[in-house]
Amino acid sequence: MSRQTQCAHVIDLEGLQQLLDALRERGYRTLGPTVRDGAIAYEDIASVEELPRGWTDEQSPGAYRLRPSDTDTVFGFAVGPQSWKRPLFPSHQILWRAGVAGGKVQLDSEPHIDAPLALIGVRACELSALAIQDRVWLGGAAPDAEYRARRADAFIVAVNCAHAGGNCFCVSMHTGPEVTSGYDLALTELGTEGEPTFLVTCATEAGAAVLETLTRRAARDDEIAAAQAVVAHTAASMGRAMPETDWVSRLLVSPEHPRWNALADRCLACGNCTMVCPTCFCTNLEDTSDLSGLQVTRTRRWDSCFSVDFAYVHGGSVRPSIRARYRQWITHKLATWPQQFGTSGCVGCGRCISWCPVGIDLTEEVAALCAETPD
Amino acid sequence: MYPAPRKTRLAVWKFASCDGCQLSLLDCEDALLELAEVLEFAYFPEALSRPVRGRYALSLVEGSISTPKDAERIRAVRRRSDHLVTLGACATAGGIQALRNFAAAGEFVAAVYAHPQYIATLEHSSAISAHVPVDFELRGCPVNKLQLLEVISAFLRGRRPAIPAYSLCIECKSRAHTCVLVATRQACLGPVTQAGCGAICPGCHRGCYGCFGPQETPNTTALSDALAALGVSRAALQRLYRTFNADAPAFRRESERHGE
Repeated sequence: MSRQTQCAHVIDLEGLQQLLDALRERGYRTLGPTVRDGAIAYEDIASVEELPRGWTDEQSPGAYRLRPSDTDTVFGFAVGPQSWKRPLFPSHQILWRAGVAGGKVQLDSEPHIDAPLALIGVRACELSALAIQDRVWLGGAAPDAEYRARRADAFIVAVNCAHAGGNCFCVSMHTGPEVTSGYDLALTELGTEGEPTFLVTCATEAGAAVLETLTRRAARDDEIAAAQAVVAHTAASMGRAMPETDWVSRLLVSPEHPRWNALADRCLACGNCTMVCPTCFCTNLEDTSDLSGLQVTRTRRWDSCFSVDFAYVHGGSVRPSIRARYRQWITHKLATWPQQFGTSGCVGCGRCISWCPVGIDLTEEVAALCAETPD
Repeated sequence: MYPAPRKTRLAVWKFASCDGCQLSLLDCEDALLELAEVLEFAYFPEALSRPVRGRYALSLVEGSISTPKDAERIRAVRRRSDHLVTLGACATAGGIQALRNFAAAGEFVAAVYAHPQYIATLEHSSAISAHVPVDFELRGCPVNKLQLLEVISAFLRGRRPAIPAYSLCIECKSRAHTCVLVATRQACLGPVTQAGCGAICPGCHRGCYGCFGPQETPNTTALSDALAALGVSRAALQRLYRTFNADAPAFRRESERHGE
């Protein structure tokens, strides 16, 4: 915390507005949390008025309710259905087009780069998810050019969580609730009454340069302590926890565990868990031709290991049953991901639990799969 | 270097239906001119006054089979078509008119018509594939015109159409809609319904009505259990599955588990 506390300052709502303005003046597209359709969504925001001030959420397996908060806080809610993977790794992206013109084949595969993104209100679990996606898209032999450009240009304003959702389990995944790295500026909302104030720390020179332009004052020791207490309180009020067992190896030796059958009876194979997961990266490459047959397009779309076609090889799908597909998702996410990428694929955000229409609780299922011994 | 290919001869057929799927073809607007470049619209009563008789490379078939005459006619269509693609819920699952499959059709005829003896109807409304081999079934009530153009483009190049059979939820989440089932406790058939419409209803804050029929591996029992826990009655559950795709096997079986 030493580097952070060195530049710790306090800003109010006016300072937060100045931050949005400063980022927009620097050419950033500012994305942040706002209330839309009964949930917290990440949208283009230009004003602090658009932030979900006075709102909080109640989350349980298969249920999400946004409700007015007892307090007037700006960031008093847990993560909603969207994650930051959407702006960085869009659900639908044209990779290249080719056409015939003048008797020659012409290929257009130039990366499409938009305005740089400023992500406002990124939580600790989401920073962990971004680091995981970085390994996926940038770690291999063929880094993704568009992702690399978006990521390199992104300015990240993190927020320390002041409210643990009913399905949050970041503490047991060691990914939160305190932001520790991977951001430019970090905010901690101080107090729950009166005009909101925020402790701001910076982790990069880009962050420090923006912070200098804001109306601010140096943080007092008691304010730094209060910010630490906010995080400690959130850590102590997690909605759930992953079991304290060696689930990585247990899952790998339990492919015939009877719990998979019980899961398959409940699972809708709808793919919602993979869509809301901030680290799920599976896609389908779709090659299409137009009516003339002279233009072809390769499109990358979000896909899901819950779709039959996703595991289609010559002759059919290798995972035709829902049981096989659920097992693939959970064992990859939790057990084989470490072998592939060096980290868990789960950051404990709880989205898959909240947004599963039948409320399958990942933490409960992992506990059952590890606790019971199959024959 | 690339001579204009011979136009592919197209026929569009109507059986028991509302014409909405055929209209999706006419609704292609700008793409209609491109379609006319590559297709010879040979038989299309909705759009042409002078049909061209003979064989057709591609027949698009709308509607279900609900009369003895239609059961004969579809066989004739098949004989004259190199490829046959069905359009929409009627042609693919029997349509809304397949609600009569759950009752005695004769009683409806007697109740509606003054002289029921002149009405020749089958006891059931059935999908085209129950009568003749079908090369591809395009879902929807009505079909999505972009998917229709994709099917035609794929057919013209001899490739597999990019029409996913996964759940509507994948399409809904791809469009960043908030889940109406989880966030607003509305009954929604999205998890058991095939994608394709663009998640129109959840995008308007309403549950999915299942217009595109069952997804590839629908777990309707698990969804019904979840909806019942939200307070959806057995009668309402039955009605939910009995709309445009009432006789699609997965929806039919699930609807028969519920009711008054």
